Amino acid sequence: MSIHKTAAPSGSEREHALALLRQMLLIRRFEEKAAELYSAGKIRGFLHLYIGEEAVAVGAMQALGLEDAVVATYREHGQALARGLPAGKIMAEMYGKANGCSRGRGGSMHLFDAARRFFGGYAIVAGGLPVAVGLALADKLQERQVVTACFFGDGAVAEGEFHESLNLAALWRLPLLFLCENNLYAMGTALARSQSQTDIHLKAQNYNIAAEAVDGMDVLAVEAAAQRAVAQVRRGDGPYFLELRTYRYRAHSMSDPELYRSKEEVAQWRGRDPISLFDACLRQRGMLDDAALKRLETDVANDVDWAVAEAEKGAWEPLADLERDVYAGAGA
Amino acid sequence: MAKMTYREAVRAAMREAMRADPRVFLMGEDVGKYGGAFAVSHGLLEEFGPQRIRDTPLSESTFVGAGIGAALGGMRPIVEIMTINFSLLALDQIVNNAATLRHMSGGQFGVPLVVRMATGGGRQLAAQHSHSLEGWYAHIPGIKVVTPATVADARGLLLAALKEPDPVLIFEHATLYPLEGESEDGTPMEIGRAALRRAGRDVSLITYGGALGKTERAAAQLAELGIDAEVIDLRSLRPLDTETILASVARTHRAVIVEEAWKSGGFAAEVSARIMEGAFDALDAPVARVCGAEVPMPYAQALEQAALPQPETIVKAVQGLF
Repeated sequence: MSIHKTAAPSGSEREHALALLRQMLLIRRFEEKAAELYSAGKIRGFLHLYIGEEAVAVGAMQALGLEDAVVATYREHGQALARGLPAGKIMAEMYGKANGCSRGRGGSMHLFDAARRFFGGYAIVAGGLPVAVGLALADKLQERQVVTACFFGDGAVAEGEFHESLNLAALWRLPLLFLCENNLYAMGTALARSQSQTDIHLKAQNYNIAAEAVDGMDVLAVEAAAQRAVAQVRRGDGPYFLELRTYRYRAHSMSDPELYRSKEEVAQWRGRDPISLFDACLRQRGMLDDAALKRLETDVANDVDWAVAEAEKGAWEPLADLERDVYAGAGA
Repeated sequence: MAKMTYREAVRAAMREAMRADPRVFLMGEDVGKYGGAFAVSHGLLEEFGPQRIRDTPLSESTFVGAGIGAALGGMRPIVEIMTINFSLLALDQIVNNAATLRHMSGGQFGVPLVVRMATGGGRQLAAQHSHSLEGWYAHIPGIKVVTPATVADARGLLLAALKEPDPVLIFEHATLYPLEGESEDGTPMEIGRAALRRAGRDVSLITYGGALGKTERAAAQLAELGIDAEVIDLRSLRPLDTETILASVARTHRAVIVEEAWKSGGFAAEVSARIMEGAFDALDAPVARVCGAEVPMPYAQALEQAALPQPETIVKAVQGLF
């Protein structure tokens, strides 16, 4: 990890590092609880877990300010939490409650938050990319120095919209950061079984977009790359593309028997777990010990408990409101 | 009031909107240098420049999606899809994103997007360039579907669409672009109100878009045969002005619905069902439909014309009700 320096860490450096660790832990514990609640029938529909990929959302989000925009996919609990959406509002949404961040209309796959410019989870693969192009276009036309960060997976690379969006963003030099979470599988189809070119960032380079591949299990590497990319995008130099190489430990969704990959492969990736790697790195630098980790874990456990309590105590949307928010005014 | 073509009316509305509101811009295939495939945007690039009149690559899904994103980001985009046939490549963005975002976000985000496209057959362009699928779009809650049939409506309904907080799809029948008529200056109309184009006592002819002219000609022929037909132009398929339809049928006791689209699962079936639900007791005859023949549109002129509603087939359908 890139934090291996010899100089003693400063207080703020340690504070920042612990904040990164805390965010990754929160995503993991939150999702472990979500999986449990899914089995208990409290959460229904689709539930796509991000566990294993935490360094990507947490690292990338460090480069964004509140004025920037985020577009994500149906596997977006991690991005939402890292963006600062309250865990209680996310959990309530997964319960389908009125106090959920989408008033129970979206569920796990469609988290939204206007205040944080979190433009949602898009559940048609690659469907968020054109929207991100438009958000970036709006900012450019209104001469705002802001960045739109668009998360998507390696599966999206096979869709036409991926290519159309990269082309348009490059052609119009839009302030757009493409964040490809390459977890090697489009549901059950391995990248190598669906792509003739598996180095995804090379595709972006062919559209004249600055692009690089990054170790997506290393939160500091992701953060550094995102800072570099965002600085360039904010300067008005057009889009930037990061291919973040990562791995999803859990099944694609809760109903996936995982016939398409071996236990050995999963175990191998777990050996490079982003939280364990960062934990070890911080200990080596004297920034973390058992007591500090325990404090973080307790803190995060409290957040998750609070989130569940918020979801439990939330009200159901009244059925009389079934057709609200289809249009701004009266229905059509 | 000014005399102009339908094409000029659409252009006038876009020009008025862009002059009045810096958030309005136009993007689509060949809308700039070429001046629009139907010359609708001719001259706008010169007046407003390439930032606001944006030629796009042939990427329907992405430039429609970009319109959605730009609307989310505070702009008032007009996206031109050259024809409805190509809109099938953007169906995902329209149905899964534009129509759903307000609801799916619990009311946090709206998509004030206008998508214009040419629709319909009648120009010998064969099976891939002659679709009338606006009824499909009218199936989708979350969007509004507008079908201007006159010069005045082409201008007034587009201006109205640009005031809407939700996505509006405007279907301009391609044969209407050279149509001449009168148009008022810069006055937005109300979306969702059908128009009574001709008052009559004996039968309600209900239609929209490119079929209005043929229906009016049929009404004139029927008058010579002693049948006094009322003509209702729906103007918008969603919202649908059920009230005006039912009031007309209550007066005439007979209804014929005319549209270019195929009959099976078409919009005429929806209108027919609403009449059945709301005015069953008023009917003196079954509701009739005159629709496109159930065939991919053929190229040869005689075959194509036989596949489309014609004044004669409308007259015949009406006569069958008496």
